[in-house]
Amino acid sequence: MKKSKVTSVSPPKPNPKWGREEETEIFAKRVKLFRQGKISEDDFRRFRLQHGAYGSRLHMDYSMVRIKFPAGEITADQLDKIASLSESFSIGSAHVSTRQNIQLHWVQLEDVSEVMRGLVEVGLTTRESCGNSVRNVMCSHFSGVCPNEVFDATPYSKAIARFFMRNPMCQNLPRKFKINFSCCDQHGLVKVADIGLVPAVKTSEDGQTIRGFKIYLGGGLGAASFIGHLLEEFTPEDRMLSTCMATVRLFDRHGNRENMARNRMRYLVHEMGWEKFQKMALKERSIVEMTTSYSTARMFDVKAEEDTRQLPKATRIAKLPMLNESVTKDSPAFERWLHTNVVAQRQEGYFTLFITLGAGDITASQLRVLASAIRDYSAEGVARNTPHQNFAVRYVRGTELRDFYEKLASVGLANPGALTIASAVGCSGTTSCNLAITNSHRLAKEVQRRFLELGLDTDDLLRDSTVKISGCPNSCGQHEIATVGFFGGATRMNNSMTPTYTMLFAGSAGEQGQLGKVVTRVPAKRVVDTVLKIIEIYRQEKSGNETMHQWITAVAKGKATGTIKDLEDMKGALAQVIQLPSPEQDPDAYMDYGSDSRFIAKTARGECAA
Amino acid sequence: MRRLTGGVAKKKKPSAKAVEFQLPIICDADTLRSLVRKKAVRVVDVRKADDYTNEHIPTAVSLPLARILENDAPDKVVEILCELGISDRMPVVVYDDTFGALAARVAWTFQYVGHANTALLEMTFKQWKELGMETEKRPNKYPRASHSLAVNSNIHADAKYVESAKSEPGKLLVDSRERLNFLTEHIPGAKNIPYTMVGANGSILRRAEELKRMIENRGIQNDSEIITYCGSVGTLSGLTYYALKLAGFQNVKLYPKSFKEWKSLGKPKEEFKDANYWDLSAE
Ligand code: SF4
Repeated sequence: MKKSKVTSVSPPKPNPKWGREEETEIFAKRVKLFRQGKISEDDFRRFRLQHGAYGSRLHMDYSMVRIKFPAGEITADQLDKIASLSESFSIGSAHVSTRQNIQLHWVQLEDVSEVMRGLVEVGLTTRESCGNSVRNVMCSHFSGVCPNEVFDATPYSKAIARFFMRNPMCQNLPRKFKINFSCCDQHGLVKVADIGLVPAVKTSEDGQTIRGFKIYLGGGLGAASFIGHLLEEFTPEDRMLSTCMATVRLFDRHGNRENMARNRMRYLVHEMGWEKFQKMALKERSIVEMTTSYSTARMFDVKAEEDTRQLPKATRIAKLPMLNESVTKDSPAFERWLHTNVVAQRQEGYFTLFITLGAGDITASQLRVLASAIRDYSAEGVARNTPHQNFAVRYVRGTELRDFYEKLASVGLANPGALTIASAVGCSGTTSCNLAITNSHRLAKEVQRRFLELGLDTDDLLRDSTVKISGCPNSCGQHEIATVGFFGGATRMNNSMTPTYTMLFAGSAGEQGQLGKVVTRVPAKRVVDTVLKIIEIYRQEKSGNETMHQWITAVAKGKATGTIKDLEDMKGALAQVIQLPSPEQDPDAYMDYGSDSRFIAKTARGECAA
Repeated sequence: MRRLTGGVAKKKKPSAKAVEFQLPIICDADTLRSLVRKKAVRVVDVRKADDYTNEHIPTAVSLPLARILENDAPDKVVEILCELGISDRMPVVVYDDTFGALAARVAWTFQYVGHANTALLEMTFKQWKELGMETEKRPNKYPRASHSLAVNSNIHADAKYVESAKSEPGKLLVDSRERLNFLTEHIPGAKNIPYTMVGANGSILRRAEELKRMIENRGIQNDSEIITYCGSVGTLSGLTYYALKLAGFQNVKLYPKSFKEWKSLGKPKEEFKDANYWDLSAE
């Protein structure tokens, strides 16, 4: 373990011990048996997914290894380890997913156990990051520092993650199962998860403050998405575990095991009807509470997950240093970065800063510099990865932001725009996913590049808008909760197969989260121009200080007041940008990004990379 | 101290004369230091001439890789050995500053022309310095020695050999380039062991047990014959060559002209175009 430069930084986080050495050996053995034909393909697939390795796009000799980060927490030593594992066994870079995982792509199946071995050394695991299990438990990257939260949900999310990981009750669910915690009603993906939890407090009759959660059930994104339902006004913390267990048990018992396309819990809730499901869930909870043994309940240990380190106090800074001319007048780039990548924390004098990545990609050498920056400047000594495919580094003193920035800039990690429309999200798409139809990954990077070039990150009225892109209807890119979302498909245009995206408007996250509405289909090579056109129209149409997200929401509801009133008007206004000349005139317009040949939609059996 | 056992060199033979030290595949820093002190080794620096002039390991001679590549014919290599004052049994330790790949290519060339008692220094020059080990500035020159030519064709493969080996059971082609280059195109049937996989922090090669385990994971039989190649001149694959030797493989060959020659000869390639994997790169 390397030492930090700054003396006032706290002692490092203890090894979280998510991983187990014996699992790496078992994995290596299974691969050999599979290669020798001693295990069937189906059995091996199930085992492989259970241990976090997906088949890579149209090439089953390679895997995508998905590393779980419960609550998104990642230490400097872990970042260093991932850097060297990516160099040794992957492609020299790592990829932040939209669910606080980090993925290593194109790892040879035979090397997966070596990757796992390295991960175990730093306390990490890939266990149950794929397959029909409880996936990585997410928690808002603002938890613990969010000015609006009533308490820090992080230890709860980690305790739940530990409780369900390797738990016999969820080793063979009908389908994957996702649990998300938020910090407050603004942040977090609580309404698009199987279980979403928002911290809440209540005053009891004897005047005590009781912690608890608002729990949403049955939401989720996918080919068909649903918004979660509130189970009850308030679930006290001592009933949280039983509520989660009851939900998992109901899903296990009643979930659809026959139809792969409709087996997420949201379908069960939808088909059964919420009222019925709600009743069953409450009843199941009573049964769980009566029958769960003390020793089982004790495996859920929030205290053990608490960060008990005393973080040093920071000097109070009333404003970001950008407002202090002496600090920044020499560097407009730094000022822009402060404006678009840094937010103040609940803790005085401390700031959370964001690392802008292109669709979540980061090289091994960048990871190492980030690790060293975290050691030097984060009092908490960890980063969190975010659903926007960036890293958040917290507990940085206002006085040290400039140094942090310079360090990032030395390796190209200081791009602005992390908290703005420029930070486009893109799933892996055709870069590695079997189900992908289009190269959503590259498209997201193109969007980001163009937007930063045009300085769109500096327009505060665009700041609350998001662009999210998936390479197929499956929603790993979370296109349905974007202001402007896209999912990939193939369309015959002018008699030529063309990579296209279906565009959606006005999706949103948070406790008020809504799903986007379909607008129209856009050829892949016209997506950037289409979004730029939308911004142009918005700028003409907006009234007063209306943000772009507000305006697009109004358009989607048919309630906009300018010349563009609803989605039909919008479609009309975009018709020209979307049109393609004939394939002879512009063959490139019919090809996907990253390809110089005619477009063919090729997919293989999905293991669902969601 | 590790890796003092095993190796390509022959067993010590008692003799009336001073016995030459038999090097293992990898020479660790302490061993080299004591050999240098006893003046019982020829240290070969394969970095650029300027780097050598600037600073080098004590007693080292300079032999930039480019010189070996230009004089690849065995008799010319032997001429170089003589010029550097290297006699038949003298221990030779080679180092570079390029994670061992350049040193490996030179060491392999020495062994190919018959100088078996050659080893790679376990670390790069940079790491040597970081450890605070001694260096010097003055260039070294030694009296000319005589060296015999005994080509060891067992460790060499050319395009023709590779072509026939592809389909023979028990023979395996290993591509040492990075994953994305391999996916893009490679010699049909080749398996990928990227050079990035065999190195470790602070050492040009991982420990023997580790390498052994990784190769075992891949289901490669330890009596297999393995031919390594890379993109152009056999440096990356030179390092893999030594990784395989260290892992205990007896029959390893290097195809020094590698994929560059293979392509220029218009030989068949295997390509994979069904995924846009290059777009994952964050560069
Ligand atoms: S399944 Fe679809 S949405 Fe998910 S990663 Fe693959 S292409 Fe993207």
